Amino acid sequence: MSATTTVTLADLTRMLRESAGEEEGVDMDGDVLDVSFDDLGYDSLAMLQVIGQVQREYGIRLPDEAAADADTPRALLALINTNGHVPQTG
Amino acid sequence: MTAAVVTGLGIAAPNGFGTEAFWKATVAGESGLVPLTRFDAAQYPCVIAGEVKGFVAEEHIPSRLMPQTDRMTRLALAAADWAIDETGADLRQLPEYGMGVVTAASGGAVEFGQRELQNLWSKGKEHVSAYQSFAWFYAVNTGQISIRNKMRGPSGVLLTEQAGGIDAIGHARRHIRKGTPFVLSGGVDSALCPWGWVPQITTGRMSTVADPDRAYLPFSADASGYVVGEGGAVVVLEDAASARERGAPRIYGEVAGYGATMDPPPTSGRPPGLRRAAEIAISDAGLTPRNIDVVFADAAGVPELDQAEAAAISGLFGPRGVPVTAPKTMTGRLLAGGAALDVATALLSLHAGVIPPTVHVRAPAPAYGLDLVTGQPRDTAPRSALVLARGYGGFNAALVLRRTDG
Repeated sequence: MSATTTVTLADLTRMLRESAGEEEGVDMDGDVLDVSFDDLGYDSLAMLQVIGQVQREYGIRLPDEAAADADTPRALLALINTNGHVPQTG
Repeated sequence: MTAAVVTGLGIAAPNGFGTEAFWKATVAGESGLVPLTRFDAAQYPCVIAGEVKGFVAEEHIPSRLMPQTDRMTRLALAAADWAIDETGADLRQLPEYGMGVVTAASGGAVEFGQRELQNLWSKGKEHVSAYQSFAWFYAVNTGQISIRNKMRGPSGVLLTEQAGGIDAIGHARRHIRKGTPFVLSGGVDSALCPWGWVPQITTGRMSTVADPDRAYLPFSADASGYVVGEGGAVVVLEDAASARERGAPRIYGEVAGYGATMDPPPTSGRPPGLRRAAEIAISDAGLTPRNIDVVFADAAGVPELDQAEAAAISGLFGPRGVPVTAPKTMTGRLLAGGAALDVATALLSLHAGVIPPTVHVRAPAPAYGLDLVTGQPRDTAPRSALVLARGYGGFNAALVLRRTDG
């Protein structure tokens, strides 16, 4: 992808569903931007899985600690769209 | 001593999905053995398997659990839901630490594991699922059932190959006796993928016959090895008094006796341990062989193993001294799920008063001296059953089940 492409909430929601499924009783299409991943039903392993998918799909690498600290969709999207665009070399 | 009774069954078998469908098919002698469709087996010498058909995982498994579960675990979770449902118990009303989970396992979730290892080798470590950390672990069924149902009491996993289902139930009974009133047990397994298939072929015990009706003929003169299948059964054991107190809608029977032995080293000259396991289980139940109305055989389908089992049975009961059956001829041997399914079948047999048949076998080899139930079911109203199982590596296990009236 080009360095200017922005990952949207819809993109992230799709990847969360694909990587880790959707908790019963949670509406991922609702206003979830500032809801913690914990409250959305995603534990640390689920986040590891979805961050792996983000990195693969967008060819970027997110620093482990910063990714772990991003505890809402807004925070994670900010990380992806600002700091994340380091081309993967591995 | 506290009695352990079975109050719920959950069955996922190649010839029937759900207790009712399975029992109907089993009494009717309907086989679930088929040419393998789950993976391309053309390059392997063994091509017949028992496949669970019609399981749509999304209908049973929450979306959050889908990416983190193998087929084996999905089948186990569905079977656990049914078994719990049958007990009529509202688990939210029971103490979390008063409920345990003890299941049998064999190689773990090898289909999930194979897929992720292939990702590792072909695409790189970034492509391996984070859930590989536990999804292929052999303890995963116990863990997922425990988490999903908030059963936090004494739990564990037993690995004794095909004997595991009985050993798990024997261990669950220990927990009942030590004061845990509600223990889910049994085993559900699935290894129908190349990585699960190849190690079993190396035992030399799998049948290479390509006809599903002729591949697995235990106790027959034409026996050529066994067929492997997937599935198994979950059983809920409860303390008899507490089950009655809470008004459990049905009691399938009592786990009355359990015995387990190891075979001596092959060079020792001593006999194998199956007969001794059966004797221990019968004596543990406070019974004698005369009280046993039906034997559910291990039925390896390998001539020397069939002979050893027939010798153990006729040694204990006398020649043609007890009806013997092997409904697993309809499912194949289900690894960690096999003995658990046999226990469930035996309980249904006691409950219905009918011995289900051994299929595909026209008659046992006369030299075995077995009264093998072939062709048709027998309406003999059995009151107690002995279930036998052997696991590769020398494991023997026996369970005595007794009908409880009322």
